[in-house]
Amino acid sequence: MARETGTRQKLITSIIAWLVAIVIFFPILWIIVLSFKSEGDAISTPLGVLTSAWTLESYAVVQERSDYLKHFFNSVIVALGSTLLGILVAVPAAWSMAFVPSKRTRGILMWMLSTKMLPAVGVLYPIYLLFIQFGILDSRIGLVIVLMLINLPIIVWMLYTYFREIPAEILEAARMDGAGMRAELLYVLTPMAIPGIASTMLLNVILAWNEAFWTLNLTAAKAAPLTAFIASYSSPEGLFYAKLSAASVMAIAPILVMGWFSQKQLVRGLTFGAVK
Amino acid sequence: MKQIQLKQVSKRFGDVEVIPPLDLEIEDGEFVVFVGPSGCGKSTLLRLIAGLEDVTSGAVIINGEDATGIPPARRSLAMVFQSYALYPHMSVRKNIAFPLRMAGFDKAEQNRRVEDAAHVLNLTEYLDRRPGQLSGGQRQRVAIGRAIVREPTAFLFDEPLSNLDAALRVGMRLEISELHKRLATTMIYVTHDQVEAMTMADKIVVLQRGVIEQIGSPLELYRNPQNIFVAGFIGSPRMNLLEGNVAASHKAHTIGIRPEHISISTDSGDWEGVVGVTEHLGSDTFFHVNCPAFANPLTVRAGGDVDLSYGSRIFLTPDKAHLHRFDDKGLRLT
Repeated sequence: MARETGTRQKLITSIIAWLVAIVIFFPILWIIVLSFKSEGDAISTPLGVLTSAWTLESYAVVQERSDYLKHFFNSVIVALGSTLLGILVAVPAAWSMAFVPSKRTRGILMWMLSTKMLPAVGVLYPIYLLFIQFGILDSRIGLVIVLMLINLPIIVWMLYTYFREIPAEILEAARMDGAGMRAELLYVLTPMAIPGIASTMLLNVILAWNEAFWTLNLTAAKAAPLTAFIASYSSPEGLFYAKLSAASVMAIAPILVMGWFSQKQLVRGLTFGAVK
Repeated sequence: MKQIQLKQVSKRFGDVEVIPPLDLEIEDGEFVVFVGPSGCGKSTLLRLIAGLEDVTSGAVIINGEDATGIPPARRSLAMVFQSYALYPHMSVRKNIAFPLRMAGFDKAEQNRRVEDAAHVLNLTEYLDRRPGQLSGGQRQRVAIGRAIVREPTAFLFDEPLSNLDAALRVGMRLEISELHKRLATTMIYVTHDQVEAMTMADKIVVLQRGVIEQIGSPLELYRNPQNIFVAGFIGSPRMNLLEGNVAASHKAHTIGIRPEHISISTDSGDWEGVVGVTEHLGSDTFFHVNCPAFANPLTVRAGGDVDLSYGSRIFLTPDKAHLHRFDDKGLRLT
């Protein structure tokens, strides 16, 4: 039986959806507004903020005081590096679990997911010590490794669900058609899995880009990505809303633009392959 | 020549023995059908021959060579799957050419063979489409095309017509039979549909719970079923199986009589009964007759023009020459 969706119902649903969207997006919108205000105007009443003059002053100060590009490249390297490394490890893992499952596959998947439930701060101390021991504190390679490990369960899970959607019979057909392991991977499996691999990578780039706990705790100056760049405007001399906002806008703009253009793949990724 | 031989082949999945050790020989050019109810191990047997499953014990011999440890890619067998298993990201042309590409044929030869196969299967105008843009019947033809281009030692069909509607199934059945006549290549065909088995096979292998119940030509199985299972499975409608006094009077535990071997009379006969449901097929009429002497109704075939109303009292007489007798283990008595 088809569900009844009258015009009235549609209108109400739309209004609710817009309201929820505005509430969710409001903080970002407010940050964008504040970033174009002077420091004085930024702390006035909301009405005062909206009616005061617009200025690029904060952006100029932020650009002058810290090296945005350095942090930007750190973010790019950490986000892309941890994602690529993660994919490299996760593809074979997900592949074997999806196509040659054993009795313990389910358990391993749950165990991997369970590591995401551990509060990160619980392992901060040992990891910090390890980083010192290996001399990778405040290094990009250190961040790449730790972010890869943090996101690996999600990457494996996502790829696993994507691979599960590929019918095993198609792989068997390839084998019957004379394809060896390499040809099967190259000509049949990978082309069919590309949409899944792409949306997994996309989601993980975003997760790694936004990751703040580890990037803040394990970096100082050299390897600090944009998250640390934002944070640097919050503490020692007090809060500077306008500059903090300007720094935030500069930090989130690249990923926001990327996310906007790849909405379709992202939705697919976030639903863990449940929606076709 | 014996082209495919199974020697004491068995298969276990964990603790479950799906196929107890069995022997089977398939001659060159034969059309062999594995038939049986679902879960009888017929598909597993096919997959063991294909190499998609490893045998637990025994040997698979193809063309005189032990192929037991050889991967499917190098057994030179082609398979058509129930779900077609086409490559969704490739055009029909590339799908059909895939086995040739894997075998290292040059582009010109690939094209020539693809065009030939497409011509035979009426696919020429669809060569540049993707599988997603084709109907079920067309997809199955592409799958067959992909199988024939490589000129394999044998074709394996795993319930290839199950996903098609009834009308299309009859058409494809004829096309596959036609293809077999033309190519004269060995074909092994798995189905649960005994009509498909009867109409297509040179040789039928009836399976139940992984055990071969009987091997023979369609008419051999129909006329001389070796046990009650085969007697009941082959033939549509089913053979009437009767136990008790009537069987004892023929010195058997169970007797079987096919619907066409019972004659109907309105005034005299061996068994008295009442007409139940009638199925008119036009050419034939099947009466389900309730006889007080038997637990289940008997199915009786009559000509298309015979008409008896529901509840009519009639008499049935079995043709003694076509009576099948079975012992208490279900085996045929001679």
